[in-house]
Amino acid sequence: MANSEQFRVCPRTGLQYHKSAEALIKANAFVAVVFLLIGGLLALVIALTRWQAIHLVQADTFYMLLTAHGLDMLAFWVIFFEIAVLYFCSSTLLRCRLATPRLAWVGFALMLIGSVMVNVTVFKGDSTVMFTSYVPLPGHWSFYLGLILFAVGALIGCFIFLGTLVVAKAEKTYEGSIPLVTFGALTACIIAVFTIASGAIILIPTFLWAAGYISHIDPLMYRTIWWAFGHSSQQINVSAHVAVWYAIAAIVFGAKPMSEKVSRGAFLLYILFLQLASAHHLLSDPGLSVEWKVFNTSYAMYLAVLASMIHGLTVPGAIEIAQREKGYTRGLFEWVRKAPWGNPVFSGMFISLFGFGFLGGISGVMMGTEQLNMIIHNTLYVPGHFHATVVIGTTLAFMSLTYFLIPTLFNREVILPGLAKWQPYVFGLGMALFCLAMMGAGTLGVPRRHWDITFAGAALPYEFPGAALLMIATFAVAGVIAVIGGGMYVLVTVGSLLWGKRLDAGVYSSETSVLKMPVVSALTGHGQAAGFAAPGTFVVAMVFLTAFVLYYFVNWKYLSTVWGIA
Amino acid sequence: MSAILPPGQRLWWKQPLDRVEVTWILIAFTWCMVMFFMMPYWHVYGKQNLSTETYRTTPEAFAKKAQAVIDQYTVRTETDEKIPVVHPPAGADVFLIARLWSWQPILELEVGQTYRLHLSAMDYQHGFSLQPENINIQVLPGYEHVVKITPNRAGTYAIICNEFCGIGHHKMVSKLYVK
Ligand code: HEM
Ligand SMILES: [Cu+2]
Ligand SMILES: [Cu+2]
Repeated sequence: MANSEQFRVCPRTGLQYHKSAEALIKANAFVAVVFLLIGGLLALVIALTRWQAIHLVQADTFYMLLTAHGLDMLAFWVIFFEIAVLYFCSSTLLRCRLATPRLAWVGFALMLIGSVMVNVTVFKGDSTVMFTSYVPLPGHWSFYLGLILFAVGALIGCFIFLGTLVVAKAEKTYEGSIPLVTFGALTACIIAVFTIASGAIILIPTFLWAAGYISHIDPLMYRTIWWAFGHSSQQINVSAHVAVWYAIAAIVFGAKPMSEKVSRGAFLLYILFLQLASAHHLLSDPGLSVEWKVFNTSYAMYLAVLASMIHGLTVPGAIEIAQREKGYTRGLFEWVRKAPWGNPVFSGMFISLFGFGFLGGISGVMMGTEQLNMIIHNTLYVPGHFHATVVIGTTLAFMSLTYFLIPTLFNREVILPGLAKWQPYVFGLGMALFCLAMMGAGTLGVPRRHWDITFAGAALPYEFPGAALLMIATFAVAGVIAVIGGGMYVLVTVGSLLWGKRLDAGVYSSETSVLKMPVVSALTGHGQAAGFAAPGTFVVAMVFLTAFVLYYFVNWKYLSTVWGIA
Repeated sequence: MSAILPPGQRLWWKQPLDRVEVTWILIAFTWCMVMFFMMPYWHVYGKQNLSTETYRTTPEAFAKKAQAVIDQYTVRTETDEKIPVVHPPAGADVFLIARLWSWQPILELEVGQTYRLHLSAMDYQHGFSLQPENINIQVLPGYEHVVKITPNRAGTYAIICNEFCGIGHHKMVSKLYVK
């Protein structure tokens, strides 16, 4: 069987592509970018509507487009791309054939049908229920059915990934253990299986409820299980983009993990505590005990946060060590100055790492603290936080990876290199300002998912402080900048596929080669065991910690001044 | 030996750790424990801990109880819609009904007094958001959540809805007075 499969070796990177896998990776990545484009256009409209001075569209349209934006971005763009990443990390990195490509196409078709169905339903105006579709706010049954089909398709993708790992092992296409990046993808995949199961448990009854077969769904139960799905899927995103960070560090710098044990252990922590995730979203809900909230929201004493803090050190640490080995050893930061800042694969990944840690990470832990949640729950602080995690973190990491994939996977030269070079900065920094201003507005109490915070026409309106309106205007402007950055990405990627110079793809044949374990002489990570190999990274980590501690306690201080609540 | 290749050693878990990593893991772990213990600490020493006192209810039952309190303590009405303003005695049980798209009644409370505020929704989920204090609590239909509140500053506050509840969501705003 394996002999009839066709493979090619990319002459530029040495990566070996299985022909069937290659087509699937391309298809998934392409559809992902289409959804990113749609979601980006929607982002423009909703950002300009929240800007009270412009207030672009009417209320019903705003809520409808906001629903579509959340789904097209966080479900469809991200998950289609993740399926591409899963196939790449299994079939390509392990130099093996993809398990059952036909079934993979079935999964792809289900995802496509599901996502189109959801979009059609939402744009018909039948299901303006937001990303979370909290019952008993009614959506059309086809909305939930679309989500279910999409989820089943994604689940198939997960099993294809797992199957491919089995194939690689059985056919001995690699020596030793799977690469760290594949291990990260495996983490994402395991979490995805759990997540999709939770999704099924809640979406199937909700679908039956919308179709009229079930009369009542308990709102608190819905929230608890929905978030087991909704938050765990963010753990998928984190695992996936951390894997992409490691991959890019390896690709651009030849960086090796500081320690396989630590990085893999950190991924393992993600898996162990993922099922506790839904509590973050229920901290200001009635009916749940304090013990349950405290234990779950901290993922059993913040061990998943610990995992992210570890990755946050080891990824740049690995880069620092690789750079130092190249001779950039002067001072603490020569390795940073001499990094390829003009290469979007690197710059995007680096901005992603820092934006995720400093903006997304710190704010996420703050709002995930039981009592502190009360002072930001459902305000704009929440989207401010998660745009830092899923846009600067996940989306920008995926964008960076694309610049690497265009020449090797699509065999095209990246067009408009000048534009590509600036893209991560425009997108990443635009988004960073967007997130900060949104969090600022949230701190001032501005609600999320709200068409008009001037409350025009309400009997007892409230006037927000001028600073709040200024924050909103700022995030709207920054949002426009980020949308331009996103547009640059779509232009460069789609343009490269259409007009980029064709590159030598290598020839297809049924010959394959085994992925050899690299030869190393001693049992050391980077020749400096028990040294202090990444001092620059360590200093940055301490700066990060200082910011974290200060911000954390500032919020407690603020909490202590509000009304007594017991 | 890079992250996209298999580890260079079969026994990669025996590779010794660098001091940077060990130090950071210890520091980060300590910080995680501090953050964890802050939550129980605040339950003991802090004054802002959301109560978990919750009862199952129905919209009818809740509205009835709320109406009884409104009938008892209404001191005046406001706006053309004659929204009742309720001034309960200190320590009383007060009710706030969330429905499409209003909060009922308007409460008038006293500084430094503690009240048992009962929250529930008549239809969809709503979000109790007290401004400019910025205290936010989810309000669910079918659940009666009892929160003890102690206003610490006089003034006119607003209660806005911050859970999307349909097309009138952005008009769901009311007042709360603290004297
Ligand atoms: C291109 C830049 C983007 C801009 C300017 C933007 C802007 C916005 C704005 C203004 C909101 C509405 C906040 C509110 O009123 O509650 C929003 C919501 C949201 N965005 Fe974005 N966004 C962008 C990209 C993304 C991406 C890439 C993702 C996902 C990967 C994403 C996921 C979401 C989600 C899940 C929501 C919440 C929807 C809901 O409340 O149901 N956004 N975005
Ligand atoms: Cu409401
Ligand atoms: Cu509302």
